[in-house]
Amino acid sequence: MKHTLTPQRYLVLLCVMLTASVGDTLLSHGMSQVGTVSFSNLGLLFTAMKNPWVIAGILLLLGFFASYLTALSWADLTFVLPSTAFGYIVVALIAHFWQHEHISVSRWLGILLIVGGVGFVANGPSLTEHPAQNEQGPA
Amino acid sequence: MNPTSTFETWATIVTVAATAIAGDVLTAGAMRSIGDLDIIREKSGLGGAIKAVVSSPMFIAGVVCMALSFFSLLFTLSKVDVSLAAPASASLTFIGNAVAAKLFLNENVDRRRWLAALFVCAGVALLAH
Repeated sequence: MKHTLTPQRYLVLLCVMLTASVGDTLLSHGMSQVGTVSFSNLGLLFTAMKNPWVIAGILLLLGFFASYLTALSWADLTFVLPSTAFGYIVVALIAHFWQHEHISVSRWLGILLIVGGVGFVANGPSLTEHPAQNEQGPA
Repeated sequence: MNPTSTFETWATIVTVAATAIAGDVLTAGAMRSIGDLDIIREKSGLGGAIKAVVSSPMFIAGVVCMALSFFSLLFTLSKVDVSLAAPASASLTFIGNAVAAKLFLNENVDRRRWLAALFVCAGVALLAH
């Protein structure tokens, strides 16, 4: 079995990146509308659960967890994790274009480094072969 | 905010990273032993796949570690600036995961993957500046 991924599996990895970053962004947008939660007003967390942005964020993060677990079932942790890091870049770009946050030179440099790192791994095999552990029948 | 000692700052950050690494490695190990979810889903449907995952003790242990990591992050953020705590713990987690994946999951962490872990680690640190 060769460990290159089918297009469908790249789609799952794309889901991992997008759902995590967009989910976080939606949560942060929702929570900025809800206000500061502290130990003295934990009830505000229930109000937050009614905020449509927060609800959408939670749904996306559930989707993230499902696609992350699916990816881990056929790829190595050290293969999946760098692709989740790609999400940081998506967050930065969303913040730039949607919330008009400024992206400094060091941030652009960080984005380049992550893209480079993800590129390294994406070129390699996605799963370590363990010839001795390949059989799954009764031991 | 009270000035927090350097030791306390790093102790809380390392705790966040360590619990996150434990969570990642345990869930990844659980998924490896459960097997390809796409195949399971073909055989026994989405419900069967979900059941296979949540009935794995290793997966539950991983989720508990992730929850611990989340709460220790909240605790850390109440003491340490987010601009230090978030990137420092995320960067440590990336490096630690590469080490732990090699040690505990027997993943073949070749030069390419080490470089990726270092690049991503540095990138995350820069991104949070």
